[in-house]
Amino acid sequence: MNQKIVIVNTGCANISSVKFAVEHLGVKVEVSDDVNIIQKADKVFLPGVGSANAAMASIKQKQLVASIQQLTQPVLGICLGMQLMVESSEESLSDNTPCLNLIPGQVKRMQVGDLRLPHMGWNTVTPVGDAPLFKGLDDNSYFYFVHSFAVGISEHTMASCQYGMDFSAGIHKDNFFGVQFHPERSSNAGAQLLKNFIQL
Amino acid sequence: MLARRIIPCLDVKDGKVVKGVKFRNHEIIGDIVPLAEQYAQQGADELVFYDITASSDQRVVDKSWVTRIAQVIDIPFCVAGGIKTVEDAGKILEMGADKISVNSPALADPELITRLHDTFGQQCVVVGIDSFYNEETGKYQVHQYTGDESRTQVTAWQTADWVKEVQERGAGEIVLNCMNQDGVRKGYDLAQLSAIRTACKVPLIASGGAGESIHFKDVFEQADVDGALAASVFHKGIIPIPELKAYLRTQNIAIRN
Repeated sequence: MNQKIVIVNTGCANISSVKFAVEHLGVKVEVSDDVNIIQKADKVFLPGVGSANAAMASIKQKQLVASIQQLTQPVLGICLGMQLMVESSEESLSDNTPCLNLIPGQVKRMQVGDLRLPHMGWNTVTPVGDAPLFKGLDDNSYFYFVHSFAVGISEHTMASCQYGMDFSAGIHKDNFFGVQFHPERSSNAGAQLLKNFIQL
Repeated sequence: MLARRIIPCLDVKDGKVVKGVKFRNHEIIGDIVPLAEQYAQQGADELVFYDITASSDQRVVDKSWVTRIAQVIDIPFCVAGGIKTVEDAGKILEMGADKISVNSPALADPELITRLHDTFGQQCVVVGIDSFYNEETGKYQVHQYTGDESRTQVTAWQTADWVKEVQERGAGEIVLNCMNQDGVRKGYDLAQLSAIRTACKVPLIASGGAGESIHFKDVFEQADVDGALAASVFHKGIIPIPELKAYLRTQNIAIRN
């Protein structure tokens, strides 16, 4: 596979683990916040951990908002990177944080009753229909999650997960894909998902 | 369904994996990277690397092994030991660790937990607690600087109070190491873990005492912990992880396959 894979340097901490995981698949990958490099990529990763507020501030400061919105190649948001793809996030001290608005939806604090938050650990994920990113994976494969906020179920849900509530483990619209879990930390299942994305 | 986690803990000293009995007499188990890789392949759900010299020696510890681990394993891992500042934590996370764990420095400066939470988010912040049951007073007390026998001291905190405090400050997970049980393989401290569980609204990881597969079943069923951490039983091959996970599945405990 001779593709240009670019990880958007969102200034967040899990970039190196995403890079290592993609490199394990035998493809080269570049971490960049240069608009020209990102635009020319065949596949783009949008990673993220931390808070939506801080991540959006970093993306704005790097003047990347419009260029990410205009991408037409497949883009995969991971964890907070996925949450940044929807309209807004209520993970903020004061108001909702406006996000990239690539896929309809809102990020809300999870309501899980007596269960513990963060939702941390390996949980089973159920793909919706023939979601291409889940090709070759069992219907109840385990993926690694760490989060307290989530996007609810909608027509854009490509995979669901259950933890006190049903929520989107993955979302998809047009060329934009997002997963709430960490494929880079989800062993063989995660590697398969990353491979599926790169082969799109 | 969220799976219960099996977590090998690799105590690190001078770049080697070591294990002591009741925190003493450390013996070398092996090199970090091959051991980490082996555990990931065997089905460990997560790894914890605990630099046991770091907090007590007051020196800057070479953590370049964190990157080497991040390059080879594809499961989450946490680094503990010697993280005293937001900068220390930032470096470890940039090297590829998923979480950082603080213990003695958080006792010295509880505000550290707040700063870590505000900078990196709750999901990265694990607080390790070394708890000792004092038979004379009947109380669980938090101990500090347990990596170095000569500096180990009892703090003013009772364990349940410290557990509440660290949650209020933004801990995303708590690892409760029950010192009386550590390294003696007689089972986890079910009484203490059950008591702490009721006060702990974030994920709770049991540590100290695993000797047989049934101890894992007991701690998941009776103390409702999210994960069980162990060291010597894995390092010495007493409990192979694939067999442990197969056994727990037969006991109807949610375990990742």
